[in-house]
Amino acid sequence: MSQFGGPDGELAASQRYLSQRYSTKNKKVAAILTDIGTEELAHMEMVCAIVHQLTRDLTPQQIVESGFEKYYVDHTLALWPQSAGGIPFNSCFFQSKGDPITDLVEDMAAEQKARTTYDNILRLVHDQDVCDPIKFLRKREIIHFQRFGEALRIIQDELDRKNFYAINPDFAADQCK
Amino acid sequence: MDNREKLFACITATSFVLDDLRLFLDTHPTDREALAHWEKLQKVRNEAVEEYTKCYGPINSYDVDVNNKWAWIEEPWPWEGRC
Repeated sequence: MSQFGGPDGELAASQRYLSQRYSTKNKKVAAILTDIGTEELAHMEMVCAIVHQLTRDLTPQQIVESGFEKYYVDHTLALWPQSAGGIPFNSCFFQSKGDPITDLVEDMAAEQKARTTYDNILRLVHDQDVCDPIKFLRKREIIHFQRFGEALRIIQDELDRKNFYAINPDFAADQCK
Repeated sequence: MDNREKLFACITATSFVLDDLRLFLDTHPTDREALAHWEKLQKVRNEAVEEYTKCYGPINSYDVDVNNKWAWIEEPWPWEGRC
């Protein structure tokens, strides 16, 4: 559930990258934000399908025994984006700052936070049909971290030696001459 | 595995490789080896999608063949267990 609507979940990831891409002037970086953001939407579908398949046949007794009753009262067995602890999805989970270095450093941290969350889930879950897709999603976080690292390198390679890193290369460079 | 399952497995496998290659090419747009791999896989995927759509129905709603009925809603959705 948390990987759908939680602070380090796939919904937050997709919205983070797909929001950031508009102000990104570098074409390679705008592409990687678009394509990873789109992949995160597909990951959100995977996480939602897992939650749906785990909950669709629950009986009222199982709902009470598994601690699912508070969620059930509000949403029956529908999907609704919230964290494992019940906090509703909030766009404050991520930032879109209009500065490629700020954004990419956030994106790299986000991939690691999602990877850690998947590690935590894998310690709790032993159902093979859940573990396999979770392991797949965990591996994708590592690939995304690598690609965002390359994107950050691309931005840094284009920086003036005097601006490494003092001002926003996408905005303040024009304003502060 | 019947032919339908084989074709679908081929589509999902080639799609995944292309998805991963796309990210690599975004940050390495002139990498010859990756570009060649893309071209090869793209062809395999396109052929598999075309054959699947012709024999078993649409994967993409743009490819629905309207033959007096709307086939898009007939197959199970991915979350219903068959994917």
